[in-house]
Amino acid sequence: MTATPDTLPIHSEDDVVRVRHAVRRAAVELGFSLVDQTKLVTAASELARNTLIHGGGGEARVERLDTPRRGLRLVFEDRGPGIPDVERAFQDGFTTGGGLGLGLGGSRRLVNDFSVESTPGVLTRVTATKWK
Amino acid sequence: MERIPILKLGDLLLVTIQVDMHDRLALTLQDDLTTAIVAHGARGVLIDISALDVVDSFIGRVLGNIASMSRLLSAETMIVGMQPAVAITLVELGVTWRHVRTALNVEQGMRRLRASLDGPRA
Repeated sequence: MTATPDTLPIHSEDDVVRVRHAVRRAAVELGFSLVDQTKLVTAASELARNTLIHGGGGEARVERLDTPRRGLRLVFEDRGPGIPDVERAFQDGFTTGGGLGLGLGGSRRLVNDFSVESTPGVLTRVTATKWK
Repeated sequence: MERIPILKLGDLLLVTIQVDMHDRLALTLQDDLTTAIVAHGARGVLIDISALDVVDSFIGRVLGNIASMSRLLSAETMIVGMQPAVAITLVELGVTWRHVRTALNVEQGMRRLRASLDGPRA
């Protein structure tokens, strides 16, 4: 069973901060350790920024999971140009946005399960899950 | 516009980041600090991040840039008070800092900054 997720819009830098706060709240509620809370919030920050900058805005869903274990799943969706070469986008240092290029590969290292589905121009969905 | 205050303490500048920074605020701090270094002829910059419970790659990059820019302007940067969970996360994220000196707290950071500024000169 999964509780109703929080859905948050991502259309500004302030929204990115709000996503961080929502993820922190959920991670605390689920009883994640301080280090794991920090990893989750950091991953959420990276992915929310990607949604804003590369996706042209979108939304985040914060889902509390009960099965098969307790966990927190973060889903980021946008309808921007998409990621034509997902494998390349994972490489550290690869960037089209002028940043460090650590967002996607870095956040993958901070969680347990990570997936990217992208149909350029239609929908890009990044899902990150950390189990307790 | 929202800004992070910069305090002048002799030839040092002191910044305490106490808010969860959005990206623009971090870039404003970068601009304000480099301007303040030149305006005050500061030789050292101490940035206290003990209140930050998240430093992601963007904020990490800005802090690293501040240190590199300060160095070009002949000032030494010391970042103090990083929370252990933040240090663990930054390394796993892949953020590495060059030119950045760190200390555990303001007192230790101030002492080291002072010592390297007042130290024996060649």
